[in-house]
Amino acid sequence: MTTRQFGQPVQRREDPRLLTGGGRYLDDLGHTAYEAAFVRSPHAHARIVDIDTDDAIDVDGVIAIYTHEDLPGIIGEPLPLLIPHPALTQARTGYALAKDEVNHVGEAVVMVVATNRYVAEDAVERIRVSYERLPAVVGIEAARDGSQTVHDEYDDNVSAHLLQEVGDVEAALAAAPHTLTLDLEIERSACQPLEGKGVLAQWNSDDESLRIYSSTQTSTGVRAAVAAKLGLPLAKVECIAPDVGGGFGVKIMHPWPEEVLVPWAARNLDHDVKWTEDRREHFISSSHERGQLQQVTVGFDDEGRLLALDVKFWHDNGAYTPYGIIVPIITATQLLGPYKPGTYRVEFWSLFTNTVLVTPYRGAGRPQGCFAMERTMDAIARYLEIDRAEVRARNFILPEEMPYDHGLMFQDGRPLKYDSGDFPASLAKLKELVGWDDFADYRAAAEAEGRKVGLGIGCYVEGTGVGPYEGGHIHVETDGRVNVATGLTTQGQGHQTALAQIVADELGVPFENVHVTTGDTRRMAYAVGTFASRAAVMSGNAVALAARVVKAKALRIAADALEVSPDDLEIENGVISVKGAPGNSIDIGTVAVMSNPLRYAFDEAAKKATQFAGTFDPDKPPVGDDEEPGLEGQDFYSPTQATFANGMHAAIVETDPQTAEITILRYCVIHDCGNMINPLIVEGQIHGGVAQGVGGALYERMVYDDSGQLLNASFMDFLMPYASEVPHVEADHLETPSPLNPLGIKGAGEAGTIPVSAVIASAIEDAEGFPITAMPISPSELWTLRRAHA
Amino acid sequence: MTELSDLSPLRAGAAALADNLLTDELHEVTVNVNGAAHTRTVPARRLLSDFLRHDLRLTGTHVGCEHGVCGACTVLVDGAPARACLMFAVQAQSHEVTTVEGLGSSADSMNHVQQAFAECHGLQCGFCTPGFITTITSFLEENPDPTEEEAREVVSGNLCRCTGYQNIVKSVLRAAELKREAGEPA
Repeated sequence: MTTRQFGQPVQRREDPRLLTGGGRYLDDLGHTAYEAAFVRSPHAHARIVDIDTDDAIDVDGVIAIYTHEDLPGIIGEPLPLLIPHPALTQARTGYALAKDEVNHVGEAVVMVVATNRYVAEDAVERIRVSYERLPAVVGIEAARDGSQTVHDEYDDNVSAHLLQEVGDVEAALAAAPHTLTLDLEIERSACQPLEGKGVLAQWNSDDESLRIYSSTQTSTGVRAAVAAKLGLPLAKVECIAPDVGGGFGVKIMHPWPEEVLVPWAARNLDHDVKWTEDRREHFISSSHERGQLQQVTVGFDDEGRLLALDVKFWHDNGAYTPYGIIVPIITATQLLGPYKPGTYRVEFWSLFTNTVLVTPYRGAGRPQGCFAMERTMDAIARYLEIDRAEVRARNFILPEEMPYDHGLMFQDGRPLKYDSGDFPASLAKLKELVGWDDFADYRAAAEAEGRKVGLGIGCYVEGTGVGPYEGGHIHVETDGRVNVATGLTTQGQGHQTALAQIVADELGVPFENVHVTTGDTRRMAYAVGTFASRAAVMSGNAVALAARVVKAKALRIAADALEVSPDDLEIENGVISVKGAPGNSIDIGTVAVMSNPLRYAFDEAAKKATQFAGTFDPDKPPVGDDEEPGLEGQDFYSPTQATFANGMHAAIVETDPQTAEITILRYCVIHDCGNMINPLIVEGQIHGGVAQGVGGALYERMVYDDSGQLLNASFMDFLMPYASEVPHVEADHLETPSPLNPLGIKGAGEAGTIPVSAVIASAIEDAEGFPITAMPISPSELWTLRRAHA
Repeated sequence: MTELSDLSPLRAGAAALADNLLTDELHEVTVNVNGAAHTRTVPARRLLSDFLRHDLRLTGTHVGCEHGVCGACTVLVDGAPARACLMFAVQAQSHEVTTVEGLGSSADSMNHVQQAFAECHGLQCGFCTPGFITTITSFLEENPDPTEEEAREVVSGNLCRCTGYQNIVKSVLRAAELKREAGEPA
């Protein structure tokens, strides 16, 4: 009996290769390529007066220097607006190289191509750009004020204004027995994958084709965007995401200026060209997220039940809006978490600033929404003097109310309708895990030692697995090897393992024989990308459906050979046999041979499929009317809507009475992502997500000065947590299957990150006894707050 | 505000410095890497990380920040962890450098630390991993039986953005166990 792979903590297939130096990340490729470096704007807002490249062109080894003037036609036009929206009335995207003005420090102005990066940077140092400086708009208040604008063509800094309302919030607020208003703030952070971005382009002038390797979360997206920019037929462009050293959202943005320029230069120069981002470039010229100011007004009854929720927030979108308003839309919709708001009105303004653009970072607007909602829950509990967990429980959507339609439009343009989840069960598990009901004793014991501790909680719901679709292609070779391809990309999520587990089960073949390729447009040209915790849901189900197609075909062919009905056959461990008569069998590799009638034999297996082998019925065509040669097949999974995962976190923190140092003593997670394919991988995702959440709660922020200089653009100054800062995560699971997809799974990638700032704020507030309204929070900020509340 | 800013003194200085670097003479350097001597002619400013990755094509050593903070480029120089992005290739002249490939270059030859990472899901994207493997391998030579606290301490100089470190700490302890088991007499 073959062990079912789905649900097993299978060790990852990709690890031996990655552990022994066998990984191939972007900069591990193209050793003989020319390399690019960029002159980037030192100013946040300025007009370009003059660019003098005379001193640079003579540098030995410099191949080419490009400015915007050199970019012909469509390459010189603005980069695409990837996700248009009717509310995005004042959109702006940047140029591949700045045209006339720069709008943030780090914007690319000049591209240098040289024999290697050292030489390219030498040349960059010799290029003189004269600027006329303009006032910089930095921070949400300045953007909202609008007395200075980022873009000349607009009268204010509002790229988008969107209002959604369900029910009559004004009336409900007026009638509510109690109301509270909270003003909240979340600062900027960033993905900061350990591998920055990078692109290698190989132009083949013989057949005028282009191969692009990019450290991207969407190879199909990059391929299409570059083909459009370079005016190439799609058939002449292929894009491969090699091993990618982390993404977390920043690499779903595309095309980055460099992704357009490097292929263009490779074609121009008829030579491989590569660009590998350095860390400072990643800080000042990729993207950030999170920055919002929020105002929540809530109306509730004596029991703490929500009657009206009125939310306004101001979202910093940075200098440009290529990714549209996805992040604030997610904040606006996912803010609701597991709760019924009674009535709900949410209104946001997305604002331009002269800072690095803002695109999704793990959680993508949800951490901010969760912060707003959970701070509100704690405020209600505090006001009514009700237990914080109890207030939450009283507002939960109950399992019997599923599916639950909030009446709002989600980020995929489809209804915000929860498919399943058991919030009371999750809360009960969390309270048990953290010892919620015994915390008074815990606190008393700590206080007796002169220590200050607090307990915090945060709940979230996460729409995962958004469409439009992903595909799976499966090909069985004559030796039984099973090749699986899906188009979305991998940045460490273990797709080679998890997807192989699914296919091994569905097809009935040994796990070891299944080989998965992701993010290669040569193998699967139709795909969207890896974001929104969608890979397991979308590609997991796609490869399962493809496996069913291939299995049906294998059974048809085997049924012919064994002269039985396909219904009488089963596949196990790669062998197709008659049920109840295991001796009457044929292995799947032989079926693959038979599936492809041959004229030419190239090995022993192939001989059996040749025309004189006597294995075919002479009265039938070698390939049946409705068949295709080869034991292969593909299918696509395209859901009507997202599937909604959920979770609840609790933490115990200690705050030092003297120094205000904040230490997380315990961190507990209850996580429900439906059926788990591989619990080892799911837990890894949770651990990593929590660590990024802890960074965002206590350490990470983008420190801009008033002139728009990012003051902490290095790992020395931007405090990403080390092992010494990240708590041990105690995790437990609920598995409430999704009714929406064949495998019953929900996404897990972003879950760990979403509620962490809310949880830590809740715990610090509990320890200190005064409201925490802004995150991240440093010891010095806590110390200042203590003085203000003394 | 209409102020014209031209080439700053800082940038002029950098350009002058670059002048010197451009004329920088080449050096023949011999470095013992993973047990074999490699001789190349390199500019004085060639980083050890670039030398290993691009001259010797040992791309297992990764570069995450180029300013010595993230630890992804950590290699062993005469057995001790060193940031390859903070060393010039010429400084490694006649030294023994061990990269992740030198600790085990295939699934069958993984050392105890590599095996432990595979068992404990100690890596996700794998980019920072070689720096952890080298650091931990060296640490366990001196500290064969670390406590959990010591295990966490030893990896606290390397950044990982994927794992949250929990399974890395677990991997340190498991690697110590594997090493002790291997060292025990049969």
